[in-house]
Amino acid sequence: MIRPHFRVLMVDLTSRKTHVVNVPGRETWLGGSGLGALLFEKYGDPGLPWSDPAQPLIFAIGPLTGYFPLMSKTICSFLSPYHGQYTESHAGGRSALALRFADMDALVIVGKAARPCVLSVGSKHMDIKDAPFLWGKDVFTTGKMVRNMFPGTGTRSILRIGPAGETGCAYACINVDTYRHFGRMGSGAVMGAKNLKAIAIQGDASFPLPEGKEYAKVFKEIYEQLTETTMMSKYHDLGTAGNVAALNELKSLPWRNLQATTDPGIDGISGERFAKDMLLRNTACAGCPVGCIHIGYLREKFMADNRYLYRQVAYDYEPIFSLGSMLGMTDGFGVLGLMDAVEREGLDCMSGGVALAWATEALEKGHITEAETLTPLKFGEAEGYKKAIHHLGVGTNDFYKRLAQGTMKAATHYNGQDYACVLGQEMAGYATGESFFVSESLSFRHSHLDSSAYSADQKPQDLDAPKIVAGFVKDEASRIVLTSMVGCLFARGVYTTERLQQALTSLGYAEVAANLDTAGQDIQRLRWRLRMRSGYAPMQATIPKRYSEVVTWKGPINTEFMETLRQTYAAKLMELGREVHGAEGKEG
Amino acid sequence: MKTLIAARMERCIGCQSCSLACARLVHKRLSWHTAGIRINSSGGISTGFEARVCLACDPPPCAAACPTGSLSPRKEDGGVKQDRSLCIRCGKCVAACPIGAIAQDELDNPYVCIHCGRCVPYCPHDCLELAEKGQANVIQEVAE
Repeated sequence: MIRPHFRVLMVDLTSRKTHVVNVPGRETWLGGSGLGALLFEKYGDPGLPWSDPAQPLIFAIGPLTGYFPLMSKTICSFLSPYHGQYTESHAGGRSALALRFADMDALVIVGKAARPCVLSVGSKHMDIKDAPFLWGKDVFTTGKMVRNMFPGTGTRSILRIGPAGETGCAYACINVDTYRHFGRMGSGAVMGAKNLKAIAIQGDASFPLPEGKEYAKVFKEIYEQLTETTMMSKYHDLGTAGNVAALNELKSLPWRNLQATTDPGIDGISGERFAKDMLLRNTACAGCPVGCIHIGYLREKFMADNRYLYRQVAYDYEPIFSLGSMLGMTDGFGVLGLMDAVEREGLDCMSGGVALAWATEALEKGHITEAETLTPLKFGEAEGYKKAIHHLGVGTNDFYKRLAQGTMKAATHYNGQDYACVLGQEMAGYATGESFFVSESLSFRHSHLDSSAYSADQKPQDLDAPKIVAGFVKDEASRIVLTSMVGCLFARGVYTTERLQQALTSLGYAEVAANLDTAGQDIQRLRWRLRMRSGYAPMQATIPKRYSEVVTWKGPINTEFMETLRQTYAAKLMELGREVHGAEGKEG
Repeated sequence: MKTLIAARMERCIGCQSCSLACARLVHKRLSWHTAGIRINSSGGISTGFEARVCLACDPPPCAAACPTGSLSPRKEDGGVKQDRSLCIRCGKCVAACPIGAIAQDELDNPYVCIHCGRCVPYCPHDCLELAEKGQANVIQEVAE
């Protein structure tokens, strides 16, 4: 280990000062998700709005970051502009190793700069540069300019926002190193509210390794398991896109705003089709030999006389769903074009695509007109969507400003709630059944990665609500342990509790290793308390009508069971988020 | 003598497993920088990656610039041996390297590839090869 406690770099954009805070509590709060929650409790105020300058934007890594393969993720914790409540978003790229080598367990940004700026931090510096010239610039242009403003190619990470973050879109993302994102729940708008256009993290320190042979032995075993077995091959081969055809076959892929769950047009957007016709190359997060990032190739004729340009667009299952099947797109190249447009604006791809799918159906139904959308929106037609994505990013008119605050907010205004595909936030691409719909609607991040509900739905299961809910809760706690290390959730098959304990012990964290399961549960409860304190009322979380009309491989949705499951899970969450008082209190 | 050659960098995915392995196994450090091989994006991640690694100059200008004999030419085929105990951390080797293949840490210690090949098995795409000089580049790439 580098040190037993957490070393936290606090940056105040208002005063343009920084200081280091040494925070105890490694055994209980581990790092990552746990450290983020601990620091939010310390520095955040759940009673103030998300955009208050005092609210912290937290980036945290964990005890295994950099030491082991696939320990390559960073946790961003913040008060979400989407619902005003405490949340988390996760990303890779080089961000985690850059933070490790900048010698900080967490970077906490508070305050608001007087004008647009870029923050650069490293093990030996903190620099805030005014950058009004970057305001309004798209994500790619911003990345290129920030690269030129600071040194350090290869050993740095560049986080930046696009126009969506500047205009306060509730699902603006933070782009990390071009191809990865803190995608969901609007962390990009938090940066925008702080006048912070970009962050360059320079990983310029190095550290001694533990004495003895244990670390080398554990590293070798893990590395071999990750690279020489088939455990990671689905991420390496077709990537997550391999699920597109499989879910279509299972009648679980949302099409055209979830008006269908399967479509013969699948062949144009399957993972196999992307690999055959569009895959240009792969890339990886720093410290991950799997290399799951699939980059597609898009050639565009922009002028007569055969003048072409080319774009490189990272694709995955979720953007193929949200900007493909959900928008009725059956041409993979067209989908890549929409992904590129979404990247440029700095929008979350899932929320952006699902929002436009709702707008398309609203237009069909006459709940809105082209006076609102400014461009024709039709399922399967990319050109209209490209224009709409730009309108969404910059907030051209009242309609797009409303839609940028969340599909349900716009749907409520225009009377189209029944067909808004919102499960806590715009849905992820799994029309798998009751378990997933309830899980995503109520779970902590409203993410498909909060539990394995979408996987459980794909197999026959008993209609036993308490048992399923107990599974959600247990699953969440175990995922929290991994996201506190901070490992990629794709490696959850390799990083079992036992493996994590071996890895921690080899670095000198024997006490942390011994407390893993308890810590997972403590962090889970703290996250839920923070969520409740900031206003979450799980009992009031509803599931829109569209989800009761879905037909999956199991047949029509069992609405009665879905409601029982919803109430059971909501009651359990109320219990998890209950405040603790007195001697039993485990406040950080 | 066998020499490390970054022969197939067009396959590189930028995972930096090689740099981390060199730092871990050769230099006993947790680092992506204090290593004989380092991976940079060539002008942004969208343009691919390049390896900063010793090309085994013969004779090596870094050894010529070294005032203490800490770096000395290998017996044959270019490249250098390093005796850390002789190093005064003057940085002349860093300045002498025409391609920027020698890194310095925060204490000015230099890190140069010694062509030991311990990074090679950690590359998931076989970008790297330890081969007799002049041999690796002629190997035909065959899709598996």
